[in-house]
Amino acid sequence: MSRNRVAIVGAGMTKFVRRAQETAKELAWEAAHLALESCEMTLDDVDAVVIGTAPDAFDGVHMKSEYLSDGCGAWGKPVMRGYVGGGTGVFAPIQGWYHVASGLFDTVLVICEEKMSSCQPHPQAAFLTIFDHTTERPLKPNLLWIFALEMNAYMNRYGLDKRDIATVSVKNKRNAADHPAALLGDPNITVEDVLNSEVLAWPVQRLDVSPVTDGAVAVVMCAEHVARRATNKPVWIEGVGWSLDTAYWTNRDLSYPVYVEEAARMAYEMAGITEPRKQIHIAEPYDPFDYKELHHLEGLLLFDRGKAPEAAAAGVTQRDGDLPVCPSGGLLGVGNPIAAAGLMKVAEIFWQLRQEAGARQVPGRPKRGLAQAWGDLMQVGTVVVMGV
Amino acid sequence: MIREVAIVGAGWSGFRSITPDLSYKELMYEAAVQAYEEAGIDPRRDVDSFVTVAEDYNEGTSIFDEYVPDQLGALHRPVHTISGEGIHGLAAAVMQILTGRFDIVVVEGHSKASNILTLPYILAFAFDPVFNRPLAAHPYYVAGMEMMRYLVETGTTHRECACVVAKNRNNALLNPLAGFGAAISVDDVLASEPVAEPLKRLECAGHSDGAIVFVLAESATARALTDAPIWVRGVGWANDTFWLESRSWGLARYARDAAQMAYRTAGIKSPRAEIDFAEVDDTFAYKELQHLEALGLCPPGAAGEWTAAGGTELSGEFPVNPSGGALGEGHLLDATGLARALEVVLQLRGEAGQRQIADPEVGLAFGWRGVPTTGGAAVILTN
Amino acid sequence: MEEHVYDSVYLRSRDFEEGRALFETWDPNARYAWDAGVAIGGYLRGLKAGKLIGRYCPECGRVMIPPRMFCEQCFRATDHWVDLHDTGTVITFSLCYVTWDMVRLEEPQIPAVIEIDGASPGMGIMHILSEVDPDAVRIGMRVQAVWKPAAERTGAITDISYFKPLG
Repeated sequence: MSRNRVAIVGAGMTKFVRRAQETAKELAWEAAHLALESCEMTLDDVDAVVIGTAPDAFDGVHMKSEYLSDGCGAWGKPVMRGYVGGGTGVFAPIQGWYHVASGLFDTVLVICEEKMSSCQPHPQAAFLTIFDHTTERPLKPNLLWIFALEMNAYMNRYGLDKRDIATVSVKNKRNAADHPAALLGDPNITVEDVLNSEVLAWPVQRLDVSPVTDGAVAVVMCAEHVARRATNKPVWIEGVGWSLDTAYWTNRDLSYPVYVEEAARMAYEMAGITEPRKQIHIAEPYDPFDYKELHHLEGLLLFDRGKAPEAAAAGVTQRDGDLPVCPSGGLLGVGNPIAAAGLMKVAEIFWQLRQEAGARQVPGRPKRGLAQAWGDLMQVGTVVVMGV
Repeated sequence: MIREVAIVGAGWSGFRSITPDLSYKELMYEAAVQAYEEAGIDPRRDVDSFVTVAEDYNEGTSIFDEYVPDQLGALHRPVHTISGEGIHGLAAAVMQILTGRFDIVVVEGHSKASNILTLPYILAFAFDPVFNRPLAAHPYYVAGMEMMRYLVETGTTHRECACVVAKNRNNALLNPLAGFGAAISVDDVLASEPVAEPLKRLECAGHSDGAIVFVLAESATARALTDAPIWVRGVGWANDTFWLESRSWGLARYARDAAQMAYRTAGIKSPRAEIDFAEVDDTFAYKELQHLEALGLCPPGAAGEWTAAGGTELSGEFPVNPSGGALGEGHLLDATGLARALEVVLQLRGEAGQRQIADPEVGLAFGWRGVPTTGGAAVILTN
Repeated sequence: MEEHVYDSVYLRSRDFEEGRALFETWDPNARYAWDAGVAIGGYLRGLKAGKLIGRYCPECGRVMIPPRMFCEQCFRATDHWVDLHDTGTVITFSLCYVTWDMVRLEEPQIPAVIEIDGASPGMGIMHILSEVDPDAVRIGMRVQAVWKPAAERTGAITDISYFKPLG
């Protein structure tokens, strides 16, 4: 595959909560030391640190990774922060991968953290500044606009039924009831609940959306010779891919995430996957909104364009379905501390492939899974394929 | 890391204190075109990955990563942003190439410092929100405190710090990329207004706008693309603690640790003997001295005397900041380290014009993320 | 994996109101004046003059709005300015009942991506729709710009107050 095979050998996370008492540094530390403990390592074993965290505006600290560095175990160590918006949570392990696969480092601690609650009066306000400062911000846009515009384009293009899309929210919130870190797990939620929820920006309704959250997740990544000592169940990074679309999002066809397909193809090629639908056993696509899970499943080439909603409605993506999707409960159920949410998905695949997902465990001993995240102005796709 | 990764193209734009005629996208495009032209590549076909370096609050835009691909030719390609020093970006590119899966990687960094109306407040926003920000002092107080500690610990004199300014700004007179060239004397520096004692105004680098793009390639590709590849011999980066309260004030530990990794990867045992010149962060004059010592390029506490005696002049035994450094070119925010690396590349290629050092073979570039951080990164290049 | 999950302490608004949770506040005072540059500078001048303009790439033949001096697909300089119409077609839209700081609205704002006549297919810009019944808005609807009076235009995207149905 490349110079060094790289595996994830440990993972830890904090509960995802609406507003944590812990500071950003403390959240990072809790996740980081739990990840190290889970594979019986200490900071002395760590050669480098990778930090993934999304807008500095949320935590309210410029050059956020410097502030976080101590909580991430980076004192006296090489540390680097990658930042690709919402794609960061799955990009951070890609960075961890290239740190180890380069041969420069044997063991890398990867931490993703977000403390969105710091941003007052509402974290939503920080999203104003993702828009172009001259051609868009004067219109006072709202993050919900771009999701709603994209959702409408997607639904309109394929004649989709909102009801089918709502099943994703139901599936994920119910799945999340079994996740110990979940904020919005709900074993009883129904499609009617989603369809009756308040309209925020039509067609987006309140229960289509994942909540603003604080949280942190960490994983330990090692070169093969270290991984085999650290655990008897290393989870290998088999493929990585990422791709960025144009900043001119108003010039794009929003009904299909081309950048997710590009990222997926890159990861599949590296992993030697030629038939993703057969060869990927479990998927954690990024689901900040219910329609996004479906949009991304199509971009990941796991369903034909416009066909993911009916598959979801038919139960294909349930935990006991043909292709379990977001068995963790996803962002909709566990929560959405942006960068940490993506790494939560990677951690979920890690635990699932090791048969350690407890009540969320999908049947059938899956061997290969993928995690995908997305961000920027509906622009970036980041994909990691993992296997045992 | 012998001859595995090389810089095969470099481009730049701006390097002036204001660039009102060009947007950041246009600045980046200009630098990219030059770099790709030099490397003889088409970014739409030949580049495997793009790494940019940026911080949201320096741009005034959240998730600035969104706005980079188009002007670099990176549409629908693997692109990512490192929120770090420019040289962290180079390190990321080097690592990607070393994985064996990427042959050509582009690195970009830029500054539009002139567009930031409240820069000291932005720097203040980097401070710990609970323990330090409420003190609400101009962020340069951290540099003032560090300088004071450094002078006391090492016995370096203020005069010796001022020598750095005189050297660098005079060097800058020979550099077309330098907006702050001036025939400044040590006395001029010491007579300038205090900013945060003992730091004087003329000891603080001004800011410039500009963009820098590098094209890196794995060795076979590098040799095919150019007769003058500049090899990345070593790379290293490290942080000290972020806490003001417990960091090392006199010794720049992050520079020491970054350099140790760079020397280890470069197989360098005696840095001063095996390296010919260096471009070292001089955001504040004393930092050049502090960094030289931490980088092991002179004995602890000796940088001041060495500088005052002319050892690091263009004509000296070990030129430091022949470009004029940040003091001479202006600070380019997180692209400053790339400006240091750019000079090393130009010198190694023999393209440094009037400030050309005679036959250099190995150069070191070191960047620091600035107040209030303890983050630094080093790269060692050779022809 | 429960043992690898840390129990973060969940704070409620009450905790702050009743002084059980302490906090520091800070207003970033982050202010910028962004150089518009050649392309957007031209775009803004066009807006002030009451028109939308784009740029043309001779290689792919696209007429692009918002204008840029480089074509991101061909990676080459764009060739010349093109005057566009101020009418277009709604590519997608939303009815938004909350503001950017989450204040509820009685009447929805109607953001839309509008493909501009004269530019290449799919070349849209974001703007607001108004003077239209929210229930009547459709993808594919034809719209036209409503400009501020010349004396009030400053060279900004808001020189167009909104787009309304054509005809």
